[in-house]
Amino acid sequence: MSPILPPPALTVRNAEKRFGAVYALKGVSLQARRGEVLALLGDNGAGKSTLVKCISGVHALDEGDILVDDEIIAMNSPAIARRAGIETVYQDLALFDNLTPAQNFYCGRETSFPSWLPRGLRFLNSRKMDREAAAVIDRLKVRLPKFDAPVALMSGGQRQAIAVARATVFARKVVILDEPTAALGVRESRKVIDLIKQLRAEGNTVILITHNMEHVIELADRAVVLRQGHKVGELKPERANQQELVSLIMGAGA
Amino acid sequence: MAETARQLESVSGGQSAWRSARGDMAVSVGLRLLGFGPLLILVLLAAVIGLLTPNFLSPGNISNILAQTAVIAIVAMGQQLVILTRGIDLSVGANLALATVIGGLVYHEVESGPLVILAMILAGGAVGAVNGLVYVYGRLPHPFIITLAMLSICRGLALEFSINHTTMRGMPDSIMVLGNEASFGLPNSFFVVLGVALILFVLTKTMVWGRWTYAVGGNPEAAVEMGIPVKAVLVATYVIAGLCAGIGAVVLSGRTGASSPLYGNLLELDTIAAVIIGGASFLGGRGHLGHALVGAVMIGVIRNALNLLNVDVFFQMIAIGLIIIIAVEADVLRNHLEARARVNQAARTE
Repeated sequence: MSPILPPPALTVRNAEKRFGAVYALKGVSLQARRGEVLALLGDNGAGKSTLVKCISGVHALDEGDILVDDEIIAMNSPAIARRAGIETVYQDLALFDNLTPAQNFYCGRETSFPSWLPRGLRFLNSRKMDREAAAVIDRLKVRLPKFDAPVALMSGGQRQAIAVARATVFARKVVILDEPTAALGVRESRKVIDLIKQLRAEGNTVILITHNMEHVIELADRAVVLRQGHKVGELKPERANQQELVSLIMGAGA
Repeated sequence: MAETARQLESVSGGQSAWRSARGDMAVSVGLRLLGFGPLLILVLLAAVIGLLTPNFLSPGNISNILAQTAVIAIVAMGQQLVILTRGIDLSVGANLALATVIGGLVYHEVESGPLVILAMILAGGAVGAVNGLVYVYGRLPHPFIITLAMLSICRGLALEFSINHTTMRGMPDSIMVLGNEASFGLPNSFFVVLGVALILFVLTKTMVWGRWTYAVGGNPEAAVEMGIPVKAVLVATYVIAGLCAGIGAVVLSGRTGASSPLYGNLLELDTIAAVIIGGASFLGGRGHLGHALVGAVMIGVIRNALNLLNVDVFFQMIAIGLIIIIAVEADVLRNHLEARARVNQAARTE
């Protein structure tokens, strides 16, 4: 690695999370730097989802700290994480099938006026939202059949792209992607991978959860491996160490 | 658009592109037809009935239909919002009856039109608030039960309050004017429908609250994740449905010049039928006020026409039941077509 590293956008220090007597996370630390794709690997039940949920404010850590730009933030709710600049795209995508892409983008944070009214009673500034959403879709080179059709009419890949694009509009620091290609065909996966590369090129920090080793090797600048709630390894994924990576995940070498 | 089409052409093979383009065409035409379907059917229905009974399309009869439909239309617009959020309000009919009775009691005390109107509308809104608050904060899995309970409670209260009277005669002039008289050749109740529609249109289509309502109906879990105040949205929805029932009470007591604990019997079913017949999805998230209005007029037209044709009243019920089945099947078909559209999209990328 080069001696001058970009500053960490996100730091997790000694994260610990228990569910009853079971440790879901124990002493996990990691850093995600600006402009890098960090892969979070591990078998089912390794603690990836728990860690992501702690970072995005769904669960609170029992011990340890989460820092955004070197500042400790108590991630007690998804709203706090979002305000800190962390956006998460879960597998269910949290899209509204009955709304258009632009409406999906701004759902819950609509551009509206006048500002002295309570939020729900303000008027939508639809033209502005449409324009800005279209600009993002364009910039990220996402291709949609129709911009004013409900998301229900779009394919799995297009929906994934919309969810990722929505996250990037609001993520000022970190985008977390949970299995973004799990439900997609080969071509559609390719589009999403291109999109992730685009995000990195724009200086975003991406945390990527995936089971697909090919994607990890192609995309990830670093990989952190979890097993049974512990961090068991961290390395730069390459074709040469793919086997090592797999045995770290499986625990075969232990 | 043209550029996208060309890119797509180059991605897929010529033949399959042609086939998928034709599939797309069929799907989008189908979806569009389903969107316009209810209105189309209404127009056809009116034309056919007009041919069978010349009286049907006379200004007098049209005016008549509008007046008869007004109550269903107003209450159905509230029901529409509830169904939009994946709910149902079974209490609207009983709520309306209670509101007329409360209006009647107020009229008994003070001869003030505005006060009676206010009492009816607020009574409706209060019942709606109970529905919404118990549903949301009582953590009920579905509003079916609470609104069923409120149906019973409201009907009971209405009977209790109207002590031994099945109807209480007398309503202030201002209410009679709303329910009975006409302006510009159209019944005044029609303008009440328009007014409610206009307010609800502004609320649902131009304001943030309306967008949130659609979001809650489309994906309640995601709405929570996106920071939408789902509970407040739901409570407000039931309050609005209740207010609509209250406004319906004003129009109905205006038409009859009375209040009665027996009013609005089965109105909940009529309004649900109107929303579904009009083309809104029962699964939530889809539909707008136009659906409730078209559905309400369709019910009015069918009843009126079968009356003019001297068809048995029972057959009206059967006819409306059959139309409900067709409407629900159309909803199923729409979901099917949307799934097809998704597959077509994915196939184009492959």
